[in-house]
Amino acid sequence: MAGVLPEDRADLLYFRYDGGGVEITGPSVLVRKSIGEHVSVAANYYIDMVSSASVDVETSASPYEDERTQGSLSMDFLHGKSTYSIGYVNSDESDYLAKTMFASISHDMFGDLTTISFGYKNGQNEVFRNVKIDGVKVNDPNFAEEMESKSFNLSISQIVTKNMIMSGQYEVITDEGWLNSPYRSVRFFIDPFTQGQQAEVYPNTRSSNAASFRTKYFLPYRAAIDGMYRFYTDTWGVVGHTGELGYVHPLGSHWIFEARARYYTQTKADFYEDIFPRADYANFLARDKELATYDAVTAGLTATYEFKIDRFPWLAKGALSFRYDYMTVNYDDFRDARFSLGSFGTLPDDPLQPGTEPLYKLNAHIMQFYISAYF
Amino acid sequence: MRIRGLILITLAVLSAGCSSIEPWVKPYDRENLADPIMSFTRAPISQDFLDHVFESREGSRGATGGGGGGCGCN
Repeated sequence: MAGVLPEDRADLLYFRYDGGGVEITGPSVLVRKSIGEHVSVAANYYIDMVSSASVDVETSASPYEDERTQGSLSMDFLHGKSTYSIGYVNSDESDYLAKTMFASISHDMFGDLTTISFGYKNGQNEVFRNVKIDGVKVNDPNFAEEMESKSFNLSISQIVTKNMIMSGQYEVITDEGWLNSPYRSVRFFIDPFTQGQQAEVYPNTRSSNAASFRTKYFLPYRAAIDGMYRFYTDTWGVVGHTGELGYVHPLGSHWIFEARARYYTQTKADFYEDIFPRADYANFLARDKELATYDAVTAGLTATYEFKIDRFPWLAKGALSFRYDYMTVNYDDFRDARFSLGSFGTLPDDPLQPGTEPLYKLNAHIMQFYISAYF
Repeated sequence: MRIRGLILITLAVLSAGCSSIEPWVKPYDRENLADPIMSFTRAPISQDFLDHVFESREGSRGATGGGGGGCGCN
């Protein structure tokens, strides 16, 4: 028995993320088509339209709008029990250009019960900084940086019983170059009642290790439960744990419902502080809430309606899906500096003393609507 | 001593397994596993989007099975 290529399908997604002053909307299109019996090609085009007045932006900049477009092309070649894949991803933003190539090989063995995959990814990124000159947004002519990212990935998936599958994955990522935001600031005490701000300074390398394990089990009736755990650690001192549980339940011959809950927690980076004791306190300074200590819960539901159209015999199956997720993030050491610094340069009526502001919380609504066609 | 015993038993099981691994789930027994609801990523387009949402907001990255580029996080 030889390996199998992914099925032919086309998907069109519309998404909306709304939370913490940030709104991101956009479409994504994914088409996958086989060419003969041994080749499958996939193409994806994805647009993020971002309108941001996040808490970081509110305390140190002006609200902005931006657009990121991403295109990718990949090919899978099936040869006996091995599948060779190559691909290229191009992502363009006004201040960030990313080009990523990837290659992987996977092999089925032990009566096709086990699949082992190895992948490599290389990303070349260019970082710019937008400034306004005469009211027009342009790249700062004095700022252009680069970043290279490499990733090695090993995964094993295993059929355990006729109702259960498991998979494990390990990925090492190393980044080298400009890794901080060219916009964000850290804050520091000038005296116990006064604070100042200075630009973030990050190390120019970061290496991370992530290992994940997931399993899925077919229940005695037609439904499935799954679980995932991921452990993460990196050279910046961040340690993260991710856990996810899911339940898929078809209803009748047309509907599939899915419920999913995800928990995430992490410790802060070694050089992260909400407010530093003084200016230039250390070689590296960060106040990115992504590097703070926090935990997050995301829970969501998906409803899918599957159908066939007699007039289109070439369409094996069509599906309409709607997914809604609610995300809530509680920060342990990232304070809402709007209570002391104000918003977009306007001080609050009754500013709080620096370091005494309430801890920041983020709630977000994530909506997705997608149409899928299987050929 | 107990650990050494466990290692020996594990090695014995593994070496026995290597000599002749018989697929214990036969191809005709995989009806449930082939059901689309058993796929880890039923909707790759949706999963890629969510992976990007999480990756650009969390310190952790990798080992999610996805692949992408760009930042979208400044």
